[in-house]
Amino acid sequence: MSTPAKPVPYPDELSDAWYEATAAGRLLIQRCGACERRQFYPRARCVHCHADALEWIEASGRGRLHSFSTVHYTPNAEFSDDVPYVFALVDLDEGVRVSTRIAGATEEELACDMPVRVVFEAQGELTLPLFEPEDR
Amino acid sequence: MSEIRFPSGEVAIVGAYESPLRKAPGVHPYAIQADCVAGALADAGLEHGDVEGFATAVAFPPEGGDPMEIGEVVEYLGIEPRWLDSTDTGGAAFVSHAGHAALAIAAGFIDVAVVSYGASGRSSPVPAGDYNTGSWGPGAYEIPFGPSTVSSYALAARRHMHEYGTTSEQLAEIAVQCRANAALNPDARYRDPITVADVVESAAIATPLHLYDCCVVTDSGGAFVLASRERAERLSRKPVWMLGFGEAVGQMQMNQMADLTATAAVRSGRDAFATAGMKPDEIDCAQLYDSFTITVALTLESLGFCPRGEFGAFVADGNIAPGGALPINTDGGGLSSNHPGRRGVFAMVEAVRQLRGESPGATVEGARTCLVNGTGGSLSATATTILGV
Ligand SMILES: [Zn+2]
Repeated sequence: MSTPAKPVPYPDELSDAWYEATAAGRLLIQRCGACERRQFYPRARCVHCHADALEWIEASGRGRLHSFSTVHYTPNAEFSDDVPYVFALVDLDEGVRVSTRIAGATEEELACDMPVRVVFEAQGELTLPLFEPEDR
Repeated sequence: MSEIRFPSGEVAIVGAYESPLRKAPGVHPYAIQADCVAGALADAGLEHGDVEGFATAVAFPPEGGDPMEIGEVVEYLGIEPRWLDSTDTGGAAFVSHAGHAALAIAAGFIDVAVVSYGASGRSSPVPAGDYNTGSWGPGAYEIPFGPSTVSSYALAARRHMHEYGTTSEQLAEIAVQCRANAALNPDARYRDPITVADVVESAAIATPLHLYDCCVVTDSGGAFVLASRERAERLSRKPVWMLGFGEAVGQMQMNQMADLTATAAVRSGRDAFATAGMKPDEIDCAQLYDSFTITVALTLESLGFCPRGEFGAFVADGNIAPGGALPINTDGGGLSSNHPGRRGVFAMVEAVRQLRGESPGATVEGARTCLVNGTGGSLSATATTILGV
């Protein structure tokens, strides 16, 4: 049985803008014009103060590895040929947390809270912001 | 709102039934569910015509079935409820249904409600992934990265290890205890005793979680019946009273979980204890949703049965074993007995059996109170209830 294609989001105005930016090597998060706090994932209104005055800002791409798991088995067939891979959470320096994968590093090289930086990688028609250890 | 109110002791669970099935290829989930509803009504001494309220969790893709719709289930069952609840917070849903039904019964809108579930998580011919959401909208920023249910829980386990020095062996103790309880339960999926070494040497699924850190996958179902005090006191079975209730949603995708080592049970448990007017040390036993060993660990801490970061010592001291301060998952739990995909209904059924002195697994002598905590999604939503006799 052939592996199904990787999941591609159905488009909306926010995910279109976000993935257009990743394709250009930019990682976007939202900043609230009313309360000045940042948020991820992108939404129509601020999750903190509920204002609709959100603007995109570009993240530095630096952050810390909050947690990670090496996936050896997945029921999601689109990813079953990719195991083992490292699914992870990264806390960006801008104060938001993102879901991601670690590029080109094995579990032995990783530790919670270690500094990481973004690296953009193609996955089908999408460009994904993955992360790697900063000292790489 | 300064004080939340719940009809503590006004509504009882008067019937309960768990399907003995664990593998049922070729059987549609509705067929399982129909048997469970009939079984629970028979246990209660009631008939289909008595069912005024009906609740089930409706969307079943993670269990390998087509999405369900509550109207189709009602149609299949041939009942005419005037009150419906299709809240689907995954494994927590059926605990939520019990709380919602109790409020509807106490308000006088209905007198009898059935909560039911049936699924073929093991044998369904319909292919399914295990994403919690679709990839249109919020899922657009997580699903392309390849999350799985196990890896999401594994992130919490890793973080707990980092913050508190927790070990795989401490998590494994939970699976070992559930298996020991399952050994007594003739219907449990797995009954052969296991050791800590068996767990930590089993295959890595998503590190740091191993195969035996994960629940079994079955085809099964269950149901229970709630009734008003007036009705319950006219029925033959010993009423098991709803004393307290709470529910809460944390997050759906893991990047929204601010603290990976505490679940929404902090809030649902707070409300359940407050409405019951009780404290953790007044609970005789508990059915804590055990999708994974880490789920139990975080739940023990989030509900306040032990301090944050200290579940390992709590478990090592024998507290969760029969005869301990808080025996849990006395039927073997999802880790060893039964878990098609949403276990909450079985946790409710086992709580009822335990308080009637009819557990098929480990008996907790003299148990008068049992706490049930459901956890759904990826540590996403919880519901907590306290039952008593
Ligand atoms: Zn704001």
